Amino acid sequence: MAAFDEMTGSGAELRPAYDALDRWLKEAPPEMLALRRSQAELFFRRIGITFAVYGDEESTERLIPFDIIPRVLTKPEWTRLEAGLRQRVTALNMFLADVYGPKECLKAGIIPPDLVYRNACYQLDMVDFAVPHGIYCHIAGIDIVRVDADTFYVLEDNARTPSGVSYMMENREVMLRLFPELFATHRVAPVDNYPDQLLATLRSVAPRTASSDPTICLLTPGQFNSAFYEHSFLADKLGVELVEGSDLLVKDDVVYMRTTQGPKRVDVIYRRIDDDFIDPLVFRGDSVLGVPGLIGAYKAGNVTLANAVGTGVADDKAVYSYMPEIVKFFTGEEPILKNVPTWRCREPDANAYVLDNLEKLVVKEVNGSGGYGMLVGPHANKAQIETFRRKLKAQPEGFIAQPTLALSTCPTFVASGVAPRHVDLRPYVLSGANGISCVPGGLTRVALKEGSLVVNSSQGGGTKDTWVLDA
Amino acid sequence: MRIRISHSIAYAYAEPARHITQILRLTPRDHDGQHVMSWRIEPTVDGRLRATQDAFGNIVHSFSADGPIAEMAIKVDGLIETSDLAGVLRGTAERVPVDVFRRETLLTAPDEALRRFSAEATHAAGTPLSQMHALMEALHAGVACIETDERTGVGAAAAFAASEGIAQDVAHIFIACARHLGMPARYVSGYVAQSESLRHANGAHAWAEIHLDDYGWIGFDAANNLCPTDTHVRVATGLDFSGAAPARGARAGGDGEALAVRISAREDGSRLTEQ
Repeated sequence: MAAFDEMTGSGAELRPAYDALDRWLKEAPPEMLALRRSQAELFFRRIGITFAVYGDEESTERLIPFDIIPRVLTKPEWTRLEAGLRQRVTALNMFLADVYGPKECLKAGIIPPDLVYRNACYQLDMVDFAVPHGIYCHIAGIDIVRVDADTFYVLEDNARTPSGVSYMMENREVMLRLFPELFATHRVAPVDNYPDQLLATLRSVAPRTASSDPTICLLTPGQFNSAFYEHSFLADKLGVELVEGSDLLVKDDVVYMRTTQGPKRVDVIYRRIDDDFIDPLVFRGDSVLGVPGLIGAYKAGNVTLANAVGTGVADDKAVYSYMPEIVKFFTGEEPILKNVPTWRCREPDANAYVLDNLEKLVVKEVNGSGGYGMLVGPHANKAQIETFRRKLKAQPEGFIAQPTLALSTCPTFVASGVAPRHVDLRPYVLSGANGISCVPGGLTRVALKEGSLVVNSSQGGGTKDTWVLDA
Repeated sequence: MRIRISHSIAYAYAEPARHITQILRLTPRDHDGQHVMSWRIEPTVDGRLRATQDAFGNIVHSFSADGPIAEMAIKVDGLIETSDLAGVLRGTAERVPVDVFRRETLLTAPDEALRRFSAEATHAAGTPLSQMHALMEALHAGVACIETDERTGVGAAAAFAASEGIAQDVAHIFIACARHLGMPARYVSGYVAQSESLRHANGAHAWAEIHLDDYGWIGFDAANNLCPTDTHVRVATGLDFSGAAPARGARAGGDGEALAVRISAREDGSRLTEQ
């Protein structure tokens, strides 16, 4: 598959944004680059930025490989992307407010009602509940892939508890330390104001009961969670307490944090615990991670949860396929960012086509994430294809399929030198009562295996620093 | 029938609890065939009791109390007037779109055996209503309903595999099968008045309701192989037990919990002779 390369286009040219980088790659002594690569790895080891991979018994925690060659986007590219992201997240929030409120989009037939009502992520407790300031998805991670110079697709909307932003920040930090000379020759838009923007967003959505200086905390499932490093990193950068469920208690529908000075009232919780585990009195009773009574306090209007409960109904992969219509319905505008063409296997004609073309398509579980439960047809063996054929016949509504996209590539260090590897991009979009913000760039993930299209860190992906050039 | 109900859920803790929070779905509502004449819900320790409604329209009390609490009980007393509507439900405030009740949940997820059973039990039946009756009969014949306070539910698939379960499990199996057959189904927790004719009438009970286009919601009590009558008192509904459970709680401290439940639901005939 001839993929678009972000440095060389079709392979013959040199795209202007990569001019200086190309020169640097050619001129830099290989020993220096090798040294810098090992220094980068040492840096990540020292700060302890690791990622637990489920199902990998060898090592419960490992380092996500970091590639020192940055991925570069021009200002005009980013400007258009950002406009699309703002539009998309605006629509996501309006969609959530609608399905938990007046349900106009269901009445208008924009999306089949059963996709919402039968969705386990559609939280009935949220129906007709006015969330503080009307915002549901405060932190979104929108996965973007590129197929040519001009075409960006949204691959996935992550509206629950998207992770990875700590890598975006640490990647920049390590690049600044190791390659100051590159930052002297490039005007790279900074990303280090992300914590300030996140804090401003969280403060802006404090409930009306809060003082002008609301108390915020970050709720983590604990150190055994794969993203625990990120939770502690963000709490530190935000200057807020990192708490586990057992550190919080609810009394008279008010949430308190246990501190050495006694209980302290909490106004906003940036929660990195899934809905199912957040309150054992309402959701899974066997959860020891959550806070009993939290939903009662939330519904009494005494605390803001970011993200809101029930946002998962918006990033479901079956709902995803309706996003162009959803964007148009709520914003009245044409979608700036495209959707990947998607076959909904719940529709018999679509499923028939998918079953006939499994070796060409990517098949995803509607409720899967992290690259699990996915079939990449062109890279699958016969047995894997037959397994999916059976699954699709038994439970078609559980799957969608998409064409295998020729994801763009970026130059990447590999064993044999520098070679093109497929990448995606996860920008982080913040929505508060203070508006929408989005730091330039995001997290670039790279599939390190030659030809691989799976960028997930749990499946052998790495990351890169993402540069948006200011000029 | 006039049914007098008294229900006590008593907890004792080896280590006194520092704090207790509970969510109680223990209060019935009026609908055709069921009139709540009096109802009282009272914790035996001081605390805050607040009534709200959940998404399904159930009356929910949240109760919280500060310790140290060595023992406490939630006591419920009430009097209900019922009439027999052959299981057909009317006059309820339905707040949730029927589609919601087609959702599969953890406790009602069917396995291969349940899918096969649903098909075999109903293949000879014509209308959806007769399918549900056929399913109820087959389930009643195939899965024994155990009357015990000692066991908790295990979920539809596990109970079916074991060919026995508590009333909660039998209801979950029925729901799992009905949803697999494409019918909206929900869980009901309630009481059944003690009676000669009903085997499974130890007070607390659970059954299923199925939504049929021509009738609306109809109850199916597979443990007793009948549609609910005037012996049944309907308290709370949900997608499965977890959304309709009479009491869900959490506590700080309070290790070594001992639970004692006493329920009496009987026809209110003795009142005159007592006086």
